[in-house]
Amino acid sequence: MATPGATTLSDDTGPIPPALRGILPVLLALPVLALAEWTLGASPFATYLLSVVGVNIILAVSLNIVNGMTGQFSIGHAGFMAVGAYIAGVTSLSLKEIGIPGVPVAVSDQLLFVEALLAGGVSAALCGFLVGLPSLRLRGDYLAIVTLGFGEIIRVFVQNTEAFGRALGLSGIPQYSSVAMVYFWVFLVVLVARRIAGSSHGRSLWAIREDEVAAEAMGVDTTGYKVRAFVISSFFAGIAGGLFAHFVPIINPGSFTFVKSMEIVVMVVLGGLGSTTGAIVAAIFLTLLPEGLRSLFGAMGAEGSLAQKVDQIRMPVYGILLVVLMLARPQGLFGTKELWDVLPRWLPRKKKGLT
Amino acid sequence: MSQLLQHLINGLASGTIYALVALGYTMVYGVLKLINFAHGDVMMVGVYMGYATAFALGREAQRSLWGVVVIFAVAMGGCALLGFLIERFAYRPLREKPRLTALITAIGISFALSYGFQLDIGFLPGASPRAFPEVIVPTEWFIVGDRDVVVWNWQVISFLIAVSLMGALQFLVYRTRFGKAMRAVSWDHRTAALMGIPTDRIIALTFMLSSALAAGAGLLYAIKDTSVSPLMGLYVGLKAFVAAVIGGIGNVPGAVVGALLLGLVEEFVVGYAASTWRDAVAFGFLILVLLVKPGGLFGRVAAEKV
Repeated sequence: MATPGATTLSDDTGPIPPALRGILPVLLALPVLALAEWTLGASPFATYLLSVVGVNIILAVSLNIVNGMTGQFSIGHAGFMAVGAYIAGVTSLSLKEIGIPGVPVAVSDQLLFVEALLAGGVSAALCGFLVGLPSLRLRGDYLAIVTLGFGEIIRVFVQNTEAFGRALGLSGIPQYSSVAMVYFWVFLVVLVARRIAGSSHGRSLWAIREDEVAAEAMGVDTTGYKVRAFVISSFFAGIAGGLFAHFVPIINPGSFTFVKSMEIVVMVVLGGLGSTTGAIVAAIFLTLLPEGLRSLFGAMGAEGSLAQKVDQIRMPVYGILLVVLMLARPQGLFGTKELWDVLPRWLPRKKKGLT
Repeated sequence: MSQLLQHLINGLASGTIYALVALGYTMVYGVLKLINFAHGDVMMVGVYMGYATAFALGREAQRSLWGVVVIFAVAMGGCALLGFLIERFAYRPLREKPRLTALITAIGISFALSYGFQLDIGFLPGASPRAFPEVIVPTEWFIVGDRDVVVWNWQVISFLIAVSLMGALQFLVYRTRFGKAMRAVSWDHRTAALMGIPTDRIIALTFMLSSALAAGAGLLYAIKDTSVSPLMGLYVGLKAFVAAVIGGIGNVPGAVVGALLLGLVEEFVVGYAASTWRDAVAFGFLILVLLVKPGGLFGRVAAEKV
């Protein structure tokens, strides 16, 4: 198999210095995001939809680090999202009245928002460490069960804790989030995922994915690498949760169920286990498709119940999709390739290196 | 003291039911090294089959002895068929592929079943739980003191059914040719095939057996809970899986001990601590076991050979 990280490693002789190349996408994206923010200001629905797409991209790309690159199988990503959402939400709620002195209110709000996000992300990462350490010492199957169980524990915990609003959920979280902020984190997670894929750390992950026993024989500290990948993935799930909490009016345990976890798993598997751009494409597609169908059926008029059915039918369809994918095309859309590897010939391609 | 005794009885009653489901996980893991995620959902389908049969029989017939036998037979037979189909069309084509593909398939089937049954299209029952008919009319058989300790007839009956099913399984695995072949496949399926054992057939039969056991257990659970819902498979299945891991997955007696232990622990948490935490207990227990003794109580962590 071609080493998927090889493309990033090889072209050290490009026109852009390597140090700048890492942050270049972010620098390029910021004005675009600012423009998008400015034009979308009038349409709350478009803003909401774009934010949901962004959050799902963060979730899918971060899950891909564990499920795709490392070949483990976590199916409790929504649990870590919940941790991030609740911790960030509670932090923001308690800091609501406080402003950082000496800076304008808007800036201080955003600074507090970032602080809350980081609090959520770090808590989720901590949970990831606690969950990952015992289960990642064993084979991947155990991680699936334990992460599923973790999602349930979080749900039970939230429902029994007064500070988290029990089953009613948290409301009144200041709506600090913006499209620019969401996509800033999208760029960050994509950057991290791509840099990991091309690094020596990433090569160890790919080795674990291909053959854990052989990787261990080659001296790869398998447990250590798996746990680190899992912690990074959990951190971004927590960030996604924190962002989510700051643009929906209310969060409750119902937002972070097994269904949400499965949705992210389907995105990663459909995009291709190990392909960051695949996860992005699948996340965009699977977020917009139900929305599109819903408005399509809504526009068709009388069949109002049909529009509601879309949500119901989505779930079993995801399950069947997983089975069919595994039987017919287990590598998903892109396999371990990235978008630019599968583009047609006449489009600019990255040089293949190190062969 | 009497309270303790009551919890002990309730714990054992639910523990034996978990044990039947846990045995299914352990057997399939034994022959295929696959965690059959869909096991709990196959169980749920079996319960719905039993539910439909009970309705077809009518109120009088479903309470007679032959009625109960018919309900169990239909559910267990139907589930055996379902287990066979899932193995044949979903797992067998993937047997030589990386293990992750089989795991993802299992998760997909589980998801398709548990959420497919929540639709209300055609024969599918819809998301809301339904009352399971009182196949065994609840009566109190033993009462100690002033209702200090109560043993219900269904507790005794389900205990007896579960124990006899386990006995039958024990006989099948350790005393018959099929059982010997199954243990051989579990030990090393390639060598078993070289020795002339039809591994495909053995694996299919193991699936049918474990699915039938799950259906029986599911019916007992539905009688205990007097309800049936599409998500019951997910919860009961997960707890049974936890039980199998506690006992050491792949180990048949271990699964039973683990299930009884889990049933008791859960009952004591509900009785003495907080009932709302019930669902979290099993998973907390699982993480604890994985931390302290990852092979389970009776299993051993063997190094993977290449």
